[in-house]
Amino acid sequence: MQRRRTVAFLAGAGALAVLSLALPPLFGQPRPNGAPQFAAGYRAPRIADGHPDLNGIWQAMVTANWDLQDHEAKAGPHNELVGAYGAQPAGQGIVEGGEIPYKPDALAKKNTRFENRLKVDVSSDKTWHDLGDPEMKCYMPGVPRATYMPFPFQIVQGTSPYILMAYEFTSATRIIRMDWKQQAPTDSWMGWSRGRWDGDTLVVDVTGQREETWFDRAGDYHSDALHVVERYTPVSPYHMVYEATIEDPNVFTRPWKISFPLYRRMEKNVQLLEFKCVPFTEELLFGKFIKQAAR
Amino acid sequence: MRNRIFALIAALVVVVGVGLVVPAAGQAPKTYNPPKTPWGDPDLQGVWNDATSTPLQRPGNVGVGVLNDEEAEEFQKSLAHDLTRDRRDGGNAADVNRAYNEHWMDARRLKITADKRTSLIVDPPDGRIPPLVQASPERQKVQAARAAGAARFAAGLPDHYTDMSWPVRCVVRTDVPPYLPTIYNNDFQIFQSPGYVTIAPEMIHSARIIPVDGRPHLNKGLKQWLGDTRGHWEGSTLVVETTNFRADEGVLFQGANSATFTITERFTRVAPDAINYEFTVADPSTWTKPWTALIPWNKVDPAEQMFEYACHEDNFDIVHFLTGARLREKNGETVGQQRPARAGEER
Repeated sequence: MQRRRTVAFLAGAGALAVLSLALPPLFGQPRPNGAPQFAAGYRAPRIADGHPDLNGIWQAMVTANWDLQDHEAKAGPHNELVGAYGAQPAGQGIVEGGEIPYKPDALAKKNTRFENRLKVDVSSDKTWHDLGDPEMKCYMPGVPRATYMPFPFQIVQGTSPYILMAYEFTSATRIIRMDWKQQAPTDSWMGWSRGRWDGDTLVVDVTGQREETWFDRAGDYHSDALHVVERYTPVSPYHMVYEATIEDPNVFTRPWKISFPLYRRMEKNVQLLEFKCVPFTEELLFGKFIKQAAR
Repeated sequence: MRNRIFALIAALVVVVGVGLVVPAAGQAPKTYNPPKTPWGDPDLQGVWNDATSTPLQRPGNVGVGVLNDEEAEEFQKSLAHDLTRDRRDGGNAADVNRAYNEHWMDARRLKITADKRTSLIVDPPDGRIPPLVQASPERQKVQAARAAGAARFAAGLPDHYTDMSWPVRCVVRTDVPPYLPTIYNNDFQIFQSPGYVTIAPEMIHSARIIPVDGRPHLNKGLKQWLGDTRGHWEGSTLVVETTNFRADEGVLFQGANSATFTITERFTRVAPDAINYEFTVADPSTWTKPWTALIPWNKVDPAEQMFEYACHEDNFDIVHFLTGARLREKNGETVGQQRPARAGEER
C-alpha cells in the first residue's frame, strides 16, 4: 500500500528518470526502436584501492579482425582444400563514421598489403616483414588488434601500479603502468602502455609500437608514429565498452575512433588457455629452407 | 637480431638500474613476516631476478655443499672466468667476438648465491641430479630422434627447423617450469589480484595466471606446453602444482616424460628483497628419485622495468641456420666432418 502510493507519487511528479536509476540496470533491454542499449549510471564494484574492478576474462564478439570496416562474407584462402573452413564472416564495421580516413597514397598501400596478405618471404633479414599479415606469421598483434582478435584476454588488476593484460593469442602480454611518466625506451610489438583512471574508465595511452603490426586481415595498417588511446568502461557486471582513438599523421588525415562492447567470459572455471602458434606457422615461414630429403 | 636488441636493452637497464642486492637466501630468519595484500594474501609482488653463477649441480671437483668466505671467493672467480666472455685471452678476433656477445648477457649471472652454496640442488645432499632410469624402448626411440636433430644443429647442419630446440624456435624459453637461471632476461614480474597470483617471465612474454581459489585443474586431456597451474598458500609460502604438460619431446627438463612428470614449486618471501624459489621435480620414468633445488630470487630496483622480449617475430637465426646448412651440404660437409673453425669463430 505504502509502496504503491510512493510509486504513484513519483510517476505523478514526472520523476521517471529518478525511478529508472533506482531499478536494477536494464542492460540488453531493447530501446523503442529495437536496438540494444546499456543502462546509464552503472557503477562497477571496487577493489581495495577504490578503483573499478576490471578483473576477468574478456572477449570481443565483433569480426573486426577480418576488417575494421563493413565486410561481406567471403570464401577463405585455399578454399579448394578446406571448403568453408576459414571463410570470412560478414560483419558491420566498428569505425566511427564508417571509413578509415587514409591519406590517398596510404590507401593505395593498404590495398597492396591486402593483395600480398598471404605471401611470405623471410629469405632476407632486410625484407623479412615486407609481406603478409603478421597474424598469419604468429607475430604479436599490437594494440588495438589484440583486443578484437577472436581470442579472449585476461585483465589482472591488483592494487600495485601495474595492470597486466594477458592475451591468449601467441601468449602476448603487456603491462599497463599506471600514472607513469617515462616514455617508451624503444618500440615493441605490444607497445608501451601507460594508464590512468577517468572516473570509472581505465584510459590507456599506447605509444612505441612497432610499425609492422596490422589492424586486421584487410591490410589496414599504421606507421611507427601510431598513437592509440584506449578507454575501458564497465557498463554492467558482464560488459565493458571499449573505445580506441587512433592517430597517425603519416597514414591518416585525422584521428579516428573504433568502439565495441567486450563480454565477460562466464563459463564455469573458464581460464585463459595457450595459443602458442609458432609451430603452426613454421612450415609456411621456414619450410623452403629445409633439406629436401627431410621433407 | 631485433630480439637480441631487445635483450640488449633489457640487459642495459639491468646494469644501470640495479644496486647490489645481496639476499640471505636460505639463511633468512624464519620469523620474517611478508607484507599482505589488502585481501590478505602474502605479498610477493615486484620484479625479481634469479641470475646466479652457482651451478644447478655441484661440480665434481667440489666436495662440500657450503663454502667458507675464502673458498666462496675462489669458487665465484673461477665460475665467472668460465662464464664471462669479457676476457682477453683469445686473440683480437675472438676477444671482440666474445665482447659482442657479452654485451647483452646478465652481469648478475657472474655471482654465486649469497649463502655460498656450491649447487642449486639441495636434495639429494650430494647436489647432483639423481641417476637416470632406463627409458622404455618407445621413449628411447623418441629421445634418440631428438638427440640426432640436436647433433645436426650443433654441427651447423640442421636438416629441418625441428632439429632446433624449442627455445631456439621461440616456442618456450625460461617460462617452462622449473624456472632456471640463464644468460639473460632472468626477470620475473609477480602480479597479485584477488584469487590469483600471476607470474610473468620476461622470456618469452607469457603470463602464468595461477588461481589460488581451490578450483580444479583442467581436464586431463587438455595439455599445454607450460602446463596447467594451481596454487595454494601454506603459511606465507605460495605452493604451486603444475600438471597437463604436452608430450612434445624436449620441452621438459632433461627430456622428462610428461606422462609421469610432477613438479611442485614453493615461493617464500624471506626478506623484503628476497624470495626463496624452491622446486621439487619427480619422474619415475626419468630419475631414480625426486630432486629439489633452491634458487634465490632477488628483487630488482623498481627503476628497472621489464621490457617485452619478442623472439619469434625477428627470429632470423632459423633461416640463417637452415640456409647455412644447405650451403655446407653443397660444399660436402657432413655431421662429424666439418671445416675447421675460423680464427675468432666460436662454435
